[in-house]
Amino acid sequence: MSAVAVHGLTKSYGTHEALRGVDFTIEAGEVFGLLGPNGAGKTTTVEILEGYRERTAGAVEVLGADPQRAPRGWRDQVGVVLQSSSLYPSLTVGESLRVFAGYYTRPRDPDEVTTIVGLDEKKDARVRTLSGGQKRRLDLGLALIGDPDLIFLDEPTTGFDPGARRAAWETIRSLRALGKTILLTTHYLDEAEQLADRVAVLRDGAIVREGTPAELTGGGTGTEIRYRRNGSEIVERTDDPTHRLHELTSEALQRGELLDGLEVRRPTLEDVYLELTSE
Amino acid sequence: MHELRTQQRLFWRNREAAFFTFFLPVIFFLIFGSIYGNDRISGIRGARFLEAGMIGYGVASTAFAGLAITMVIRRETGVLKRVRATPLPPTTYLVAVLVSTFVTFLIQSLLIIGIGRVLFHVGFPSRPLSLLLALVVGAACFAALGLGLTGFVRSAEGASAVVNFIYLPMAIISGTFFSPQHYPGFLKAIANVLPLTYFTKLSRDVMVNGHHLWAEKSALAVVGAWGVAGLIVAVRRFRWQPREA
Repeated sequence: MSAVAVHGLTKSYGTHEALRGVDFTIEAGEVFGLLGPNGAGKTTTVEILEGYRERTAGAVEVLGADPQRAPRGWRDQVGVVLQSSSLYPSLTVGESLRVFAGYYTRPRDPDEVTTIVGLDEKKDARVRTLSGGQKRRLDLGLALIGDPDLIFLDEPTTGFDPGARRAAWETIRSLRALGKTILLTTHYLDEAEQLADRVAVLRDGAIVREGTPAELTGGGTGTEIRYRRNGSEIVERTDDPTHRLHELTSEALQRGELLDGLEVRRPTLEDVYLELTSE
Repeated sequence: MHELRTQQRLFWRNREAAFFTFFLPVIFFLIFGSIYGNDRISGIRGARFLEAGMIGYGVASTAFAGLAITMVIRRETGVLKRVRATPLPPTTYLVAVLVSTFVTFLIQSLLIIGIGRVLFHVGFPSRPLSLLLALVVGAACFAALGLGLTGFVRSAEGASAVVNFIYLPMAIISGTFFSPQHYPGFLKAIANVLPLTYFTKLSRDVMVNGHHLWAEKSALAVVGAWGVAGLIVAVRRFRWQPREA
């Protein structure tokens, strides 16, 4: 059984259609990345799955239940990181985790979770004194405290410095290794490429592409070859880089030249994404 | 119980709010009690008059103003939304918040009564049970109004401005500090519809005159009616999620 199944999901606000027939499934143990520009409907989708918003039409099943009608026990299995930090500023890190641990039937050890999210040194610090990145890590800690099977992460690393992002990625990888199912929304394509088993690109309320990061970057654009000749940069695209490169280099060697600034690049998810979302 | 402890801790940790809602009525009692504690107001000694009035002021600041501001801030910062993502039933959360508010108000009232006894020689209330019931009724009424008000406040920044704008004039007009006897007609007219006027009347009758709570049926009815109205608005307007950005 899939952890999340979404069929024909639509959401309208008055005449504005925020979601226009979204379909996807997430298998248990999978990390699924939902990509898209602002306003594409990422948060709307996630909040419907979390049970915060009602859908206009379509079928949604999350861990075998309809989030709109799920019993309280269902929430024991679901962890949530909201798009913006949502904490009690006057509690300490340790207290926050203990307070939320009290809401779940089989919580994890708060000290353990503090370590997982890398806040050991801040355990006794008031939340209001934490940096933005540290607050986000505590948000993640609160999402993990109930030991959920399914975790929703809505832009979990926005505002992180590069080091903190790497650390957060390691945490998410370790969750995946524990067999957790994760739905991740993000602006950062490298994040999706690094973490997600499968990715869906959302644009104007509909999914325009779905697949593994390799599938998404494999087709279409081809490989890019760049080099300089007589001071000007030449960019070529080819579907057969092996032969084309051989031709280029042997020609150059015959002329006794070198290919200045030679670069061979497979399209990244970013290229595919920009192509899909900029039309 | 777990949640009630959490709520109490949250309240006392937030020093500014604790000062504003908890200590201000106590401090006003000390100040005004020193100024006109020995004068006579409406035929009774100032300190006795003021003691019951400050409990009225306390219910407005703790159960109404403090609760409304806290809940708007928690809503707008996403804390309420976050709590709803957990298995904790929303009603349990709200009940804990309300009981915690009442506990705070009860401690505040006992402190005011204690100060009255020690510093201003006001006897202990002769009808403790009626007084306790009056405090419960008052806290329930003003908490309902406070929760109802949150539905009309749009931002965390605006919360204390809106709430202070309502509750400070209300506290003064309702005669918690001074006797409304000599107020001009239009102020009296306003005072005659405000719930705090009637709660203060209840607390004075129970504390000063030693009446049973149920001897004041009409005042009780007005406080109850305001409470029910607040509850209806709260049920319709109270939100767990911040306004969409």
